Amino acid sequence: MAMADATAQTGSATDSRGRLLTSDGTPLRRALERANRRRKLTAFALVSPLLAFILIFFAFPILQMMWRSVDNPQIVNALPRTLDELRDWDGRAVPPERVFVALHADIMDDLERPRREQRIGPLGVRLNYELSAARSAISRTARDVPNFEAPFREAFTDAHRLWGQPELWRVIQREGRPLTLSYYIAALDREYDEFGNIVKRDENRRIYVSLFGRTLALRLVITGMTFLLGFPIAYYLSSLPMRYANLLMIAVLLPFWTSLLVRTSAWIVLLQQQGVINNTLVGLGVIDDAGRFSLIYNQTGTIIAMTHILLPFMVLPLYSVMRTIPPSYVRAAKSLGATPWTAFRRVYFPQTLPGIGAGGVLVFIISIGYYITPALVGGQSGRMISNEIARHIQQSLNWGLAAALGSMLLVGVLVLYWLYNRLVGADSLKLG
Amino acid sequence: MVASQKSDGFVVFDGVQKSYDGETLVVKDLNLSVAKGEFLTMLGPSGSGKTTCLMMLAGFETATHGEILLDGRPINTVPPHKRGIGMVFQNYALFPHMTVGENLSFPLEVRGLGKSDREKKIKRALDMVQMGAFANRRPAQLSGGQQQRIALARALVFEPELVLMDEPLGALDKQLREHMQFEITRLAHELGITTVYVTHDQTEALTMSDNVAVFEDGRIQQLDPPDVLYEEPCNSFVAQFIGENNTLDGVVTEIRGDACVVQLDGGELIDAKPVNVTQVGERTRVSIRPERVEANKDRLDADAHLIKAQVMEFIYMGDVFRTRLKVAGNENFIMKTRNAPDQVRHKPGEMIEIGWMPKDCRALDCPK
Repeated sequence: MAMADATAQTGSATDSRGRLLTSDGTPLRRALERANRRRKLTAFALVSPLLAFILIFFAFPILQMMWRSVDNPQIVNALPRTLDELRDWDGRAVPPERVFVALHADIMDDLERPRREQRIGPLGVRLNYELSAARSAISRTARDVPNFEAPFREAFTDAHRLWGQPELWRVIQREGRPLTLSYYIAALDREYDEFGNIVKRDENRRIYVSLFGRTLALRLVITGMTFLLGFPIAYYLSSLPMRYANLLMIAVLLPFWTSLLVRTSAWIVLLQQQGVINNTLVGLGVIDDAGRFSLIYNQTGTIIAMTHILLPFMVLPLYSVMRTIPPSYVRAAKSLGATPWTAFRRVYFPQTLPGIGAGGVLVFIISIGYYITPALVGGQSGRMISNEIARHIQQSLNWGLAAALGSMLLVGVLVLYWLYNRLVGADSLKLG
Repeated sequence: MVASQKSDGFVVFDGVQKSYDGETLVVKDLNLSVAKGEFLTMLGPSGSGKTTCLMMLAGFETATHGEILLDGRPINTVPPHKRGIGMVFQNYALFPHMTVGENLSFPLEVRGLGKSDREKKIKRALDMVQMGAFANRRPAQLSGGQQQRIALARALVFEPELVLMDEPLGALDKQLREHMQFEITRLAHELGITTVYVTHDQTEALTMSDNVAVFEDGRIQQLDPPDVLYEEPCNSFVAQFIGENNTLDGVVTEIRGDACVVQLDGGELIDAKPVNVTQVGERTRVSIRPERVEANKDRLDADAHLIKAQVMEFIYMGDVFRTRLKVAGNENFIMKTRNAPDQVRHKPGEMIEIGWMPKDCRALDCPK
């Protein structure tokens, strides 16, 4: 009774605006905020190192990469006056003398800058992406420019024939903007024709679209293979008592604990033409010496090696989902008259779908990033888009194109993830 | 008694043994017969072999030895899905990815029934458990009691002649459990199906069953209707397992046909009914139900042996009084009396005399 009185008094205390007050008169809401603030601060302090790490080393580089795929400062920086003069050029004939005067002035300006700040070098590289030989035209001309005398048009065309071709000027005019889509256009195997329309490249110069297609197909095959191999393993593991299951799980996880290079080299030893498998088959007389299978340095090699490497990513989510499916469901189905196959198909299998989805998405997305394995065992036909990106970053140094390819890949993955979320629901993913 | 039913039973276990590891028997020589339409409960503590028996009957375990007959046919080699036995599982095992309607439709679909037949039967089964409005819900959207009803409906929808239930009410709260006990027995009797019910809850067993088989250590200790089981337990395990029970240890000093005298370890003499003691001098454990203990001499035979008791504790429970007594050294001797106007409320420390009808005090075997 005494308790009830106390509650009735403090519980009804409100201020003029009808907000609840605590017993010493502060608004209840503020008191609660104060009490929670410390906890929130502690929580934030705990996650802030990770947050900072993700921002600096994950989010920022991705944004920078996406920026690089459209960033186009080279021509604008190197040839401001030339671009001014080119503004109302019709793009048909060689530009008039005043354009060449401006070009001369731009290059002379640039030569006076300290060597590290000179903009002619990047200009040559940039133009070369659009027009091969442009780089040598620029660098060869730049050396002679201080000796040029009017009329500059003849001087430039004499120094390099490319200056007398409208093609080069069209490129300069078109790409003389701070932002460009040309990397994406190149990544889609397209180019500008002489009228400025975007058209398909010559058949023999198309690379990326078919490579994207092949990458997608290879990944689907790899995901399908890991599913076909992983499902029975996970099913068997989940039916075993815990201690045996853990023991066998080590066998599944073994690829995780071996160096990627060692594993891949092992596949080379096994699969090559004079390798263990072919030698055994020849030795057994299954195939003759001329009929050795080519199992490596092609798509087959990529599929075999990557299926092996990615198998645990399929088995783990499947296993963790299957563990939680009580055996009584299948029993119930059987007691209701379903044959073992029907019970599996209609009762057990649908309940493993979250695991299949998680495993599939995981394998699919991880397989995108793999480029060492295909580079080592894939040969020419087993290459994936990731190898092409790596090549542009490390060898051709066309980072803009690499960034465009990478961004397209990223968007592609996000679209697939979005589709998955729409069809299955991302909250049904069970990753372990 | 068990042997005589063997030939005409609907479900018959004939000398069934079961071992998982080849070293110990989980079920030891089980002989059991269930008549058509009977509600039989297998009652026992966990690990007593009752669930194993049920699983052998359902076909999920194979008998190591012996024969199980269903309607006269041996079913040892028949796979579970061909046995046509309905089953309700401990956690219902409703398929989570199907609606209630699809769950009920499943056994009919695998039997190849047409759509209209299926719908008719599903509706009838759902109405039977008063869940007609829930066909489109998912199991996860239902409460425990509702899931229980659906599980029941699913086990009955294909009209099996035999239904097995494996502790189906274990997950429900007390009130719901009592209600469902009534529902299940009502349905079973209305439909005339044979039911084998497994539980470790003796109240459930007593209130629901036609016959109860008490399992312990892989054997049936007693198979009888509930009243016989409660009032005439045939050994101390059954007496102890079913209901509340007072025990006193002593030695038989005299046997006269249907009555005997037992000298307790403290020297007191009491009257008892010999159940499985045969000769004078044998050690015995007598068992008396708390509600059969009497402190009012007027209600006892004039020549009944009385025994001194000290009141340790008096507990008021509303409808009954529980008086904890110290009798012959046993401090947990309970007397249960009805809350009647003339009933005495004993005070702790008080010395009283108690007695009982000799037939209510059963002299049973004395476990080592």
